[in-house]
Amino acid sequence: MTSDETIVTQTQNTWCPGCGNFAIQHAMKFVIQELEAEGMARDHFVLVSGIGCHAKIADYFQLNSFYSLHGRTIPVATGIKMANPNLKVICFAGDGDLYAEGLDHLIHAAKRNLDITVICHNNRVYGLTTGQYTPTSPYGYQGKSTPNGLHEYPLNIIELLLGAGATFVSRAYTRRLPHLKRIFKEAIMHQGFAHVDVLQICASFFNATTWYDERVYETNESNAGLFEFACRTAKQWNYNDDTKIPIGIFFQTRKPVLPEKKIQKEVDRGVIVKKILEKAT
Amino acid sequence: MTEYSVLIGGKAGDGIAQAGQLIASIFSDLGYYVYQYVDYPSLIRGGHNFCIIRAAEKPVFTHRTGVDLILALDQKTADLHIHNLTTQGTVIYDSPKVKSEGQALAINEILAQYKGRPIMGNTAMVGGFCGCVGIPWSLVEAVIRKKLPKETDLNLLIAREAYSRITRCISVQPVEGASPRPLLSGNEWIGLGLLAGGIDAYVAYPMTPSSGVLHFLASVADEAGIDVVHPESEIAVILMALGFAYAGKKTAVGTSGGGFCLMTEGVSLAGMAELPIVIVLSQRGGPSTGLPTYTAQSDLLFTCHAGQGEFPRFIAAPATPLEAFWWAAEAVQLAWKLQIPTFILSDKTFSEGIYTPEAEPEIRATTPLPAPSYPYKRYADTPDGVSPILVPPYSGEVVKVNSYMHDYSGITSEDPEMTVAMVQKRLRKAEKLATMTDQPGAVVCGGSVKAKTAILCWGSPRGVCSEVADELGLRLVSPVVLSPFPAGEFRRSMQGVEKVILVEDSSTGQLDKVLAREGYRTDELILRYDGRPFAVEELVERVRRVAS
Repeated sequence: MTSDETIVTQTQNTWCPGCGNFAIQHAMKFVIQELEAEGMARDHFVLVSGIGCHAKIADYFQLNSFYSLHGRTIPVATGIKMANPNLKVICFAGDGDLYAEGLDHLIHAAKRNLDITVICHNNRVYGLTTGQYTPTSPYGYQGKSTPNGLHEYPLNIIELLLGAGATFVSRAYTRRLPHLKRIFKEAIMHQGFAHVDVLQICASFFNATTWYDERVYETNESNAGLFEFACRTAKQWNYNDDTKIPIGIFFQTRKPVLPEKKIQKEVDRGVIVKKILEKAT
Repeated sequence: MTEYSVLIGGKAGDGIAQAGQLIASIFSDLGYYVYQYVDYPSLIRGGHNFCIIRAAEKPVFTHRTGVDLILALDQKTADLHIHNLTTQGTVIYDSPKVKSEGQALAINEILAQYKGRPIMGNTAMVGGFCGCVGIPWSLVEAVIRKKLPKETDLNLLIAREAYSRITRCISVQPVEGASPRPLLSGNEWIGLGLLAGGIDAYVAYPMTPSSGVLHFLASVADEAGIDVVHPESEIAVILMALGFAYAGKKTAVGTSGGGFCLMTEGVSLAGMAELPIVIVLSQRGGPSTGLPTYTAQSDLLFTCHAGQGEFPRFIAAPATPLEAFWWAAEAVQLAWKLQIPTFILSDKTFSEGIYTPEAEPEIRATTPLPAPSYPYKRYADTPDGVSPILVPPYSGEVVKVNSYMHDYSGITSEDPEMTVAMVQKRLRKAEKLATMTDQPGAVVCGGSVKAKTAILCWGSPRGVCSEVADELGLRLVSPVVLSPFPAGEFRRSMQGVEKVILVEDSSTGQLDKVLAREGYRTDELILRYDGRPFAVEELVERVRRVAS
């Protein structure tokens, strides 16, 4: 597919050379164009970003966007989606943003099976605030706020999402671009809450390129409909230990979706107010 | 003026508020204006709950200490309130559970006779009340049929039995030529105003005393065609509401102080991203969890300043049903005309008080919003600072909103000149807002309008202050709009005033601080911070002491 440059803005890109965000932007650009070619209207996409390096993606895409607050992509996306279920709402969030400050929203959106796509730029460090630990940083991580090393184990976010009732749970890696594109597309096409935990490096504060390259493998997705199986795949890597790291769709199922499609009816407010007043008399 | 006050009290779980509303409905059916004060502690069972129902031939928005009738479902009601009985007053008490003067009503005997459930003791008491004041049974039956849709016949049998057992001792006559009026809580009047103002969605997390708005709007959501959402936290509430607003839906949220603390970052986002939102903030005693079910006006300055940075906001504190209805509708319209956060500042007394309106509410026509120009820029510069809204999806255009300082198209910009342009754009909106809201109605003036001594108040104390001003021949000045401060209207209301007495449910006198900034000085502060609103008699005494 040829690249259509009208989908990006003229804004100067300020991500560090080698940042994983480039791959995410590139893959998403590709997927949106592909979906457009398949008939989805570009103006129906709404991107919601949090705050952090990842969030600049809202400035870089010439698409509808809501550049929101740190940790708050999901409630904003919920409001947009409920206001107009025809919109394709995609959240771009960081791991500090989504898994620390805004974790409650993530769990509740999964529980509601809210029909949105959530992309987590998981570089396992706070980049924009210069290198503190996040909920997915490994045990012992030495950052500016934990100079003596972190005494917490990371959250296994895949297990957490499975527990919360997410109907599409996946992991991808920025240096597996064709795979990343496929996962993005399937996540967007999924009816219900779709989560993509994207492993990426932070070129400045957590450059684990070689470490990931050696461990990441594409898991077999033929059992992605089986919850027990998904839980087992999720346990293969706990975001901490030196083991193989599966990427791919861990789990996908169908459940009733929020918001339900409803017929908007025109109601005369004067009539309604009168009716309520009569009932209260 | 003919007026009656009835106090009904019992334990939480006795259905005191419901019985109070039945009595209020009966008075309304007789053509009286009604106000019902509801007093209850923060618990589900036990404690002491009471309501005072005041009915009068002219509109009333406050209660009196003196009551003509006490309906005691527990001993505490008789013990705590008997000294408030007026000279012709009497007590009806649940015998043998309660020992008191007055008339005994053997509620348990009646319940056993008709196999009623314990909660129906409240219906028996309402029946006893009606018998005591000589309400025609046909009217009692009609009101019970309308207001008690569950187990109606059984409730009627119980009420009828109690009605016939009580001796008539006060005569309540219907008001000639008057017809029944709607009876709704302050929260419901606010909710109705939001509907009239055109909201498409209401988002809230439960918090006393604001939950009444949530419950009311949820109960009418389907017929009104609105979304009512109760998400995981107040942070989610305000962010969801801003998502709704981005997608073109007029949205309101509601909370009390603690929940509003969580919302403040979202309020600031609304300021920066220029997203319209209405916030219903019902105050209760603070700080912190404080007094969940008791009143306060201690969040005025917080509401004026909540959220980092500088941005325009609108705050109105209605004091009557019609004002709540009108200003809630206006808050929706102002939010969208200026793309700002707007507030309806209420408190426990107003939110949970139950009122008949002073006149019939009417829906005012709304004006259409300005159309955008293309290619679209979300923050396009305009003379009044308001950039027309475009709702996505719109073919060929993008709509970008941003919490960062941004350029005209909504892309992040930290450029100093662009920063100044955006700050000035918001300042121009503030100027426009001030012009639009410093209008007749922004300050209510009453009492003896030429008097040199004025009682100054805002929000729910207006009801009591207004009666005190009438009784003592003082002027009443009460701003409804609190931000931006309606300087012109206030100046006009204060012309010739030499002495100012501020009445406020706070310990520091927050309106005094707002007025100091405007160059005014108050002479006397009458402050109350025990969580209870003033009754007329109490405030008359306090004002009399400082007025001369």
